[in-house]
Amino acid sequence: MRAIITVVGKDKVGILAAVSDFCAKYNANVIEVTQSILQDMFCMIMLVDVSACNVPFTEFADKAKELGETLNLSVQAMHEDIFNSMHRI
Amino acid sequence: MINTQDILETINMIREENLDIRTITMGISLLSCADSDIHTSCDKIYEKICRKAEHLVKTGEDIEKEYGIPIIHKRISVTPISMLTAVSGGDPVLYAKTLEKASQAVGVNFIGGYSALVQKGFAKGDMELIRSIPEALAETEHLCSSVNIGSTKAGINMDAVELMGRIVRQSAEITADKGCIGPAKLVVFCNAPEDNPFMAGAFHGVGEADCEINVGVSGPGVVRAALSKIPNGNITDVADTVKKTAFKITRVGQLVAKEAAKRLDVPFGIVDLSLAPTPAVGDSVAHILEEMGLESCGAHGTTACLALLNDAVKKGGVMASSHVGGLSGAFIPVSEDAGMIAAAESGKLSIEKLEAMTAVCSVGLDMIIIPGNTPAEVISGIIADEAAIGMVNSKTTAVRVIPAIGKDVGDELNFGGLLGYGPVMKLNTASPAKFIHRGGRLPAPLQSLKN
Repeated sequence: MRAIITVVGKDKVGILAAVSDFCAKYNANVIEVTQSILQDMFCMIMLVDVSACNVPFTEFADKAKELGETLNLSVQAMHEDIFNSMHRI
Repeated sequence: MINTQDILETINMIREENLDIRTITMGISLLSCADSDIHTSCDKIYEKICRKAEHLVKTGEDIEKEYGIPIIHKRISVTPISMLTAVSGGDPVLYAKTLEKASQAVGVNFIGGYSALVQKGFAKGDMELIRSIPEALAETEHLCSSVNIGSTKAGINMDAVELMGRIVRQSAEITADKGCIGPAKLVVFCNAPEDNPFMAGAFHGVGEADCEINVGVSGPGVVRAALSKIPNGNITDVADTVKKTAFKITRVGQLVAKEAAKRLDVPFGIVDLSLAPTPAVGDSVAHILEEMGLESCGAHGTTACLALLNDAVKKGGVMASSHVGGLSGAFIPVSEDAGMIAAAESGKLSIEKLEAMTAVCSVGLDMIIIPGNTPAEVISGIIADEAAIGMVNSKTTAVRVIPAIGKDVGDELNFGGLLGYGPVMKLNTASPAKFIHRGGRLPAPLQSLKN
């Protein structure tokens, strides 16, 4: 199963490192990363493979949210299929 | 990977524009529970609901977390209880209490199906059930009730129309100390759908599978936000934008429905394409109509805007789902929609305009608070008018009005939660009593003869 992690918030040093570290901790393999900065707003989208994740995905999603709170950013992990179904026929 | 813009659009729809799944509703047939002894029947019902819906709430919560999409309610609909009353006899309120107990045991938000289908006449069990509705709704918290009093095929059962006027009133009177909550959980239908996931009118029709999953989507805020991006588009652009947005919303509904059905190991029934508002800011159907260019919902032009919205939602949604059903259209409940509440409070939205709107939307006169001294015959008159619109246009119509006991025009009634609040609306007080008391059956229209 693959998931999309989105990170949105004010840009600062170490966001990519913190989120990558988070993925490594739960054994989620990062497949692709895109990031952009629009008027000081940092926006990163990460495609990760969570098949070998060492916790259930619901817990992984909760932890991602908690990570966002500690970083003062919005971090969300969602199943890839919600995007696929909405934007692909 | 999916386009960044698309990902951000989805995230924005959920976070800023209130995109959510309104309900995952599990339909459960209780026909296998019917027994000539009412207590045995109740025991079987409790056991079956608890067994079938044991994991419903947890599954909904898991899907919510994994896909990041809020699922507001988990509900159950059951076979119309009048059919079980027909077999067992006895006091139908026992069934109401059993359903309430089961709903609390599995943790769902609502359970619907305290219902009777009497469009052509009363069968055994129907009258007993209808007469018990006020007490059943007063003594339960999560139970919803509905009565189908007409259809395009059968015409309108005017005896039932007369009776339901009284039942709605009684239901308000005996729950007067609880904010007249009784009639907020009671719908009177014409052409009731059998696979509707939305309350208060959900019941599990006899032609349905033993158990199935039906999903109702929401998302008026998303449609409004999409329209706000084309302030100068013409009406064709407006229709196209609604269609595209409805497609995206419905795809999420389809995904959730299929996933829930798979995890619960029950068949996927339908996705209901309705745009369901909530009293929250940014979740209003009225505001979509205003975004189209009306100063206020209720202005002349409202019916046309609603017709466009309703049609475009269906056209967009129908391709996004493999099975569409239920009510599928735009809802216009007054107390559950911030824009409708504001329009009613300012006097720009009248009950007559709402009645016209029901000819082109998905349901009918919904969550309308009326003066507490409204006679039962006037409520029956409202029901008869709505049923006539549904019967002639081969569509579902419904009445869910709440007589605010002890209150009059200018006062407000507040239910809290998704049911919202609203002003007491002015009614035409001329009496239809003689017409209502004639009784009998209003014959089915010519359009029923399609064979």
